[in-house]
Amino acid sequence: MKTSMKAFAAAAVLGFAAAGTAQAQDPTKACFIYVGPIGDFGWSYQHHQGVLQLEKELGDTVETAYLESVPEGADAERAIERFARSGCDIIFTTSFGYMDATNKVAGRFPDVKFEHATGYKRDHPNVSTYNSRFYEGRYVQGVIAAKMSKANVAGYIASFPIPEVVMGINAFMLGAQSVNPDFKVKVVWANTWFDPGKEADAAKALIDQGVDIITQHTDSTAPMQVAAERGIKAFGQASDMIKFGPETQLTSIVDEWGPYYVKRVKAVQDGTWEQVDVWGGFKEGHVVMAPYQNMPDDVKALAQETEDKIRSGFNPFTGPINRQDGSPWLAEGEVADDPTLLGMNFYVEGIDDKLPN
Amino acid sequence: MRLELVKRPQHSALFSALSPFIALALTLVAGAIVFMFLGKNPVEALYYFFIDPLRETWSLHELAVKAAPLILIGVGLSICYLSNNWNIGAEGQFIIGAIVGAILPVMYPDLQSWIVLPLMLLMGILGGAAYAAIPAFLKVRFNTNEILTSLMLVYVAQLFLDWIVRGPWRNPAGFNFPETRTFHDYAILPEIWPASGRAHWGFVFALLAALALWFLLSRTLKGFEVKVIGQSPRAGRFAGFSRNRMVIFAFLVSGGLAGLAGISEVSGAIGQLRPSISPGYGFTAIIVAFLGRLNPLGIIAAGLILALTYLGGEAAQISLGVTDKVARSFQGMLLFFVLACDMLIHYRIRVTRPALATKAERAAEEPAHA
Repeated sequence: MKTSMKAFAAAAVLGFAAAGTAQAQDPTKACFIYVGPIGDFGWSYQHHQGVLQLEKELGDTVETAYLESVPEGADAERAIERFARSGCDIIFTTSFGYMDATNKVAGRFPDVKFEHATGYKRDHPNVSTYNSRFYEGRYVQGVIAAKMSKANVAGYIASFPIPEVVMGINAFMLGAQSVNPDFKVKVVWANTWFDPGKEADAAKALIDQGVDIITQHTDSTAPMQVAAERGIKAFGQASDMIKFGPETQLTSIVDEWGPYYVKRVKAVQDGTWEQVDVWGGFKEGHVVMAPYQNMPDDVKALAQETEDKIRSGFNPFTGPINRQDGSPWLAEGEVADDPTLLGMNFYVEGIDDKLPN
Repeated sequence: MRLELVKRPQHSALFSALSPFIALALTLVAGAIVFMFLGKNPVEALYYFFIDPLRETWSLHELAVKAAPLILIGVGLSICYLSNNWNIGAEGQFIIGAIVGAILPVMYPDLQSWIVLPLMLLMGILGGAAYAAIPAFLKVRFNTNEILTSLMLVYVAQLFLDWIVRGPWRNPAGFNFPETRTFHDYAILPEIWPASGRAHWGFVFALLAALALWFLLSRTLKGFEVKVIGQSPRAGRFAGFSRNRMVIFAFLVSGGLAGLAGISEVSGAIGQLRPSISPGYGFTAIIVAFLGRLNPLGIIAAGLILALTYLGGEAAQISLGVTDKVARSFQGMLLFFVLACDMLIHYRIRVTRPALATKAERAAEEPAHA
C-alpha cells in the first residue's frame, strides 16, 4: 500500500510538471456534498441542477461526484475528508451545518479548494463562502403581494428564526410597504425545512385567518397546492413550482447555483482561484425570478421594474426603516451593511408576529 | 399448499453460532444481485463497500469514530433485551446524555480545568441513565409498555435539543444560527492517536464497556439473574430475583451507556451541540445488538460491521455513483437475514397440502391451531 501511495504521489508530481508545459490532461474534479436527497425538489435539488449545468458547460474538462443526505454532524467531516483524499480539486459543501467540518478538513488539505454555502467561517486561505441574496426576490414578491391582495394581508410560512429567514420576512414586508404602507404580514413558524403535512396545515391556518396570498420559506410544494385548492395566489420557493399551481403561482424565487459553480471550477482550472466571500443576487444570476404569471400586465410591469431596479444597485434595506417597536433602525438613505443583514434577529415595523427566540 | 412454522424441540448450537455469518454471507449475495440490477459490477461494488474503507489508516479511524456509539449503545441494550426489557429509546438517552454532559462547557465556559472533561462524561452518563429511568419507573409502577414510552421519549429529547440550541443555549457569537458555542479545549475528548486520524477515546470506552458487560453477564451472579429473568420470569421469582429491580437496573445501565455515547460523540467528534447530533445511532444500535447475538463481544464485531456499511456506502456513492439508499438497504437486509436465520434455527417449516390430507387428518390438525 505504501509503495502504491508513493507511486501515486510521484505520478501526481509528474502530472503537475506536465501541466506546466501543456494543457492539463486530467479533468478537474469537483465534488459536492448535499444535506438532502437530490430529489427533494428544493434546496439540494437546485444545487444538483447547478452541478448538471457545470457538467454541461465544462464538458470533459470537469469530473463531478456527489454525496447526498450527509447528516450535519460527525459524518460531515468524514465525508468531506473522503472527498479531499479521493483527488477532488474543489469541494462544495452545500449546507450551513457543514461549516466547522469544512474548515477543519481544509486545514489538513491546503492544496484542495473548499467552498462552503451559507456560512461565514473562512479559517484557512483555501476556504471560500458563497450564498445568494434571496431577500432581493422576496422584496419583489412583497411588491406583487401588495398589488394583488384584496385583503391587504399575506401569509408567510417560515421555517426557523435564523437571520436568513428573518431577513426574508423583512424584505417581503418592505416590498409590500413600498406599494401599500398599511399592508400586513402574518407569519407561521413551521419549524421545518421540509414537511409537506405541516406546511399544508400552516397554509390552511393562514388562509382561514383571511390571508389571500401565501409565500413560503420552506421547501415543499404543499403550500402551493393548498393555495391552488382554495383558489388564492401563492409564491413558489427554491425552484419553479408552476406545475403544482398553474393558476396559482405568481412567481418563484429560483436558486441558480450553476453560474457560480462554473465560474469557480474555471478559476481552479486557470489557476486564478482565490478566497472569496460571495453573496450574489439578481445581478450575479444567483437569484432568478420564475416568469411573472397569473397577474395583470401592470403588476407584471411593476414587478419587472422592481427587479431591474435591484439589479442595477438598489438595496431593499434602504432607510428610512423602523424596527418593529417603532424605534428607528436606518435613517433616510442609509443602507444596511451585509454583516447586519447576516445577523438579523429583529423585525421591521408592521409585521404582525412576535419573533420566537 | 400451506406453510407452517413448527418449533424445533432442540436447536443446533453450531448454527446458532454460525447464524450471523450466514446472514452476512446472504446479505453479500443479495447485495451483489442488487448491484447487478443497478448495472454495476457486483465484485467491484462489494469491494468498494466492504474492503476499500479498510485500506487506509484514516479510514480505520473513521470506522472507530462511527462504531464507538453503536457499540456503547448496543452493549447497554443487550442487558435490556436479555432481561426482557424492550428499551427502544436509546436515541433519546443518547441525546439527553449529550445535553446534560454539555452543561459545563456551554453554560460555564470560563471553567477551564482538567476536571471539566471527567465531570462532563459523568454527567453524560447520569443524564442518559436518568432519562432511561422514566420508562423504567413507568413500567415498574404502572406496568406501562416500555416499548411505547421509551420510543416516545426519543421525540421529546429530539425536540428538547432542537429548542435548547435555538433558544437558551444558542451561541452568542453565532449569528443566531442554531448551535451552541464550540467547546473549549478542556472539554474536548482527546483523540487516541492524533497523528494518524480522529478516532477519539469514545472507542476505548466502548471496548471497555463491552468487556465489563461481558464479564458481568458471563461471570457474575447479576449476569445470571439477567438471563434467568429474561428467559423465565417465573423461574426468576422462585430464585428470589426481583423483576422490578431488574427493570430499573437494565434501563439505568443501558441509559447510562447511551448517555456516555452521546457526550463522547459531542465532545469527541462534533465539538458543540447542534439541532441534530445523531444520524439515528440509537436505532441502528438495536440492529447491532441483535447482530451481535446480544453478546457484548459479538456486539463489538457487529458495531464495526454496521459502521463499515456507512463508510462503504459513501465509498460506493463516490466511486460508482449509486445512491445513499443502498447503504440503508444493506443494513435492512442484514437485519432481515439475521432474524430469518434465527427463526429457522428455532423453527422449521412444514409444508401441508390440504388437498392431499384426509378428512381425518384435517380434523386432527384443526384443534391444534385453535
